[in-house]
Amino acid sequence: MQTANRATHLPQTVEPRNPGMPLDLDWVMRANANRSAIERRAAQLPARRSVKKDHQAAWLARAISCIDLTTLAGDDTEGRVRRLCAKARQPVRADILEALGLPDLTVGAVCVYHDMIAPAVRFLDGSGIPVAAVSTGFPAGLSPFHLRVAEIGESVAAGAAEIDIVISRRHVLTGNWQALYDEMRAFREACGPAHVKAILATGELGTLQNVARASLVAMMAGADFIKTSTGKESVNATLPVSLVMIRAIRDYHEATGIRIGYKPAGGISKAKDAITYLALIKEELGRDWLSPHLFRFGASSLLGDIERQLEHHVTGAYSASWRHAMA
Amino acid sequence: MTVKDIFETMEYGPAPEAAGDALAWITDQGARFGHFVDGAFTAPGATFETTSPATGEVLAEITQGTAEDVARAVAAARAAQGKWEKLGGPGRARYLYAIARLLQKHSRLFAVLETLDNGKPIREARDIDVPLAQRHFYYHAGCAQLMDDHAPGRVAHGVCGQIVPWNFPLLMLAWKIAPALAMGNTVVLKPAEWTSLTALLFADICRQAGLPKGVVNIVTGDGETGAALVAADVDKIAFTGSTEVGRKIRAATAGQGKALTLELGGKSPYIVFEDADLDSAIEGLVDAIWFNGGQVCCAGSLLLVQEGIAERFHAKLRARMDKLRLGDPLDKSIDVGAIVHPEQCARIAALVEQADGTVYRAAGPVPEGCFYPPTLISDLSPASPLMQEEIFGPVLVSTTFRTPSEAVQLANNTRYGLAATIWSENINVALDIAPKLASGVVWVNGTNMFDAAAPFGGVRESGFGREGGAEGLMAYTRPAGKAKALKRIAPFTGDAAEPQPVDRTAKLYIGGKQARPDGGYAQAIFDAKGRLLGQAPIANRKDVRNAVEAARGASGWAGATAHNRAQVLYYLGENLSARDAELAARIDAMTGRKGGAAEVALATTRLFEAAAWADKFAGEVRAVPMRGLAMALREPVGVIGALCTDEMPLAGLVSVMAPALAMGNRLVLVASEAAPLIAQELTQLLETSDVPGGAVNLLTGPHDDLAKTLADHADVDAVWSFSGADISAEIERRAAGNLKRTWVNDGKARDWAGAEGAARAFLDAATEVKTVWVPYGA
Repeated sequence: MQTANRATHLPQTVEPRNPGMPLDLDWVMRANANRSAIERRAAQLPARRSVKKDHQAAWLARAISCIDLTTLAGDDTEGRVRRLCAKARQPVRADILEALGLPDLTVGAVCVYHDMIAPAVRFLDGSGIPVAAVSTGFPAGLSPFHLRVAEIGESVAAGAAEIDIVISRRHVLTGNWQALYDEMRAFREACGPAHVKAILATGELGTLQNVARASLVAMMAGADFIKTSTGKESVNATLPVSLVMIRAIRDYHEATGIRIGYKPAGGISKAKDAITYLALIKEELGRDWLSPHLFRFGASSLLGDIERQLEHHVTGAYSASWRHAMA
Repeated sequence: MTVKDIFETMEYGPAPEAAGDALAWITDQGARFGHFVDGAFTAPGATFETTSPATGEVLAEITQGTAEDVARAVAAARAAQGKWEKLGGPGRARYLYAIARLLQKHSRLFAVLETLDNGKPIREARDIDVPLAQRHFYYHAGCAQLMDDHAPGRVAHGVCGQIVPWNFPLLMLAWKIAPALAMGNTVVLKPAEWTSLTALLFADICRQAGLPKGVVNIVTGDGETGAALVAADVDKIAFTGSTEVGRKIRAATAGQGKALTLELGGKSPYIVFEDADLDSAIEGLVDAIWFNGGQVCCAGSLLLVQEGIAERFHAKLRARMDKLRLGDPLDKSIDVGAIVHPEQCARIAALVEQADGTVYRAAGPVPEGCFYPPTLISDLSPASPLMQEEIFGPVLVSTTFRTPSEAVQLANNTRYGLAATIWSENINVALDIAPKLASGVVWVNGTNMFDAAAPFGGVRESGFGREGGAEGLMAYTRPAGKAKALKRIAPFTGDAAEPQPVDRTAKLYIGGKQARPDGGYAQAIFDAKGRLLGQAPIANRKDVRNAVEAARGASGWAGATAHNRAQVLYYLGENLSARDAELAARIDAMTGRKGGAAEVALATTRLFEAAAWADKFAGEVRAVPMRGLAMALREPVGVIGALCTDEMPLAGLVSVMAPALAMGNRLVLVASEAAPLIAQELTQLLETSDVPGGAVNLLTGPHDDLAKTLADHADVDAVWSFSGADISAEIERRAAGNLKRTWVNDGKARDWAGAEGAARAFLDAATEVKTVWVPYGA
């Protein structure tokens, strides 16, 4: 196993990659998720853990290090991506980072559409920040299968170190686990050295039980990360969905010894929410997962709120958004 | 540690809730408290210290209440009661609403004070205890408002003596005071001596709410003060605490005519089936046994796991235990706080010391002082003492089961019956098991869910009476009107030599068969003119034993459909009516009165009434703040022993029997002492009316003796007495043994032909309320 002495967050550099395993349908079908109980736990969690003062600042800095700073809009341009990459390199005002003793803090990755990979790679050159690309007919994943696979190859060739694929929701909704497994296997192979995040689009899977089962199948088929949402569904990352997915990750780790990453995406915009997510990960998976190689936030507006909180931590006065550089 | 260090370690760090305001409140009160009597604090008397268990720090001095203090408080409550009741429900509702609002306005003060005094995590005090206490006052403000609609014909008991434990000081106070006040009672409440402070703050709130003087009185002190309150001139005692003390209270109040409700201990099973969402079931256990450090009467302390998943489940459980954070209860990130008192901590340690299973202690650090780590004791057998004894600490014991029916057997293999938890994703399994568990509350796929609208309370030695919901209100009211003294009816005497035209042999009716009395004795029964009517068998304790065994064995009756039970009751009524003239004549002969015909007609009506109720008294769904169902189900009490009245030998007995049968109970009925031969007639009716053998057993003989045996019998669930014999006190005293339910007449007459003889009161007494919580979500 390699160690994390490089300034890069590629998971394969600190964790053995998930080789996947044969589809174990007994295990998949055994997975249960009781929605009421999961919602109760999710509702309790923010009240069970509170992080204050220096600890809060440190946790917020940790959250920044785990952000996939994202732009996935039809009107993205090179200029827009350039700004985003600059923000990724310097996510918080230098004086604030200096005060926190974390002058080199960067985000976890920059996440873009295929056509923006090349400029992003260029603008991030030398920073060690990887570029992630959404792929496989994102967000619906309903383009021809061979094109979806080919898209991955193109994106890897263009320099993406991470590929966020979308699964075919219909395979989950119709209980066709074999088809889901095969699809994911193919995507994983197409990724080659790039690590692959499987977007389950949980808002479109109907039940938490489906989320649990889809999570297991994606991991069995070799996903390096499982991710909640495209950000384009009407419901994106939620705490109950996260609880189900990370419990699946825990079970997979217990069974195989392999650590799979987790990425909640969409809907996380407050510093307080970020802390809740980090506490959830710490409680259910442990400290090991609180690193960009095993945990990411898919978020665009979260950073702004964290910046304000950090300035408040440093100065003691509440901050304003215009005091921080926009992305 | 610098931010940079923490960035690496990702420790939580301290997150203390400030205690300043709560400590300031104590200081403002002089840190020495008297009682709260007649709307004002008394001067402190002899005091003891109350400490914070987490730090050992002395918080305040509390007055040890004397019998005189209690008497003064009761006198104040007595003086205030009439006016308070006359104020009317809507008037009282305003005060309860004001108290609820004030609890909400001062919520953090209450929460911090509770945590300081009790040692429970601030999260629990803040998010559970205090909001539930508020909810209780809101709900009961509504009950007061609607009293005329919801409790017609009922009035307040008068003055209620209430004793609450240390595990939920404010919440248990709310459970006691809110319904009492709503129904027009006034109260004298004694908090536990380790945790008096929030009750005293509550007294302050009552003042702020402008509550009339004397309506709420708080007397502090230890068990002796409690005993004084039990002995005082109060109309009702409500107690929450240990089974041991509950038993003493039952015995102490026997024959005093005081209403009594007891909410006692438990060893509540937590059943996990192989198809459960295991991670959620584990998280449920955190809420079950590590909530309030396991110092919860209904804590899911007995884990039963299906064998096939046991290993995996225990591994997950141990991993979860290692994540629990034990420490300063004022820290917002603490899962398990301090044990309430060093005495309790030592008691827990001593119990675990003797464990014969595999002991696992959570890996987290245990702070110095009054703390006990989350502990799991596995591989126990039902014979292990810790499978039976309540530990009242953060200690879970576990064993495995193979089938659903074995799970039920293991779960019910206990003297207690407070709560039970079932985890299964299979609705068939969960809803099949729920009714089979001997417990007052069943939680499906969740645990420790409470609400003011959902009745809470136990069966067996977990006590009797319910708190919350309409059933809780029943415990704070009684029927309006004043009962007359019962005149004892002596049997007629005569000449035993006078022969009958054709000899008839009356026997006992046990298990569906006519049985000669074990002792081989009979008593001659005469009419008013001294003519021999026949010989009634004299049952002895062995006949009682046989009858109870037959009743216990007739469990099929409880499982029969309500429709089927109704049909049997109608049929009984039909057959009774068909023999009306003959029965009327027999009754007239036995009683020397002319009421026989009316009595037969009344008995027929009672049977039809009970048959009508049979399929209409199943309970109801309660509106609790949750997505799910909370069902307050009516279940049969079980085996009821009843000593029947002499006032109406047939109709009196039938008025008792019919509703109890309608609800699925099995009965051991002791017929009128003065006119026992009615049993002979009834035997024939029962034999020809499809009543299954054992569902009704008829005995005749001296009520004094038979009542004692019934009240002592551990397999009898309830004893009722409408007897002319002076046996009420004896029954209540002996019933303390297994805390069976009692309903005795205290030497008062009952209007059997009127409303008092009608089914409703008997239906209530013949049923236990089981609240089944079923949260759901696709």
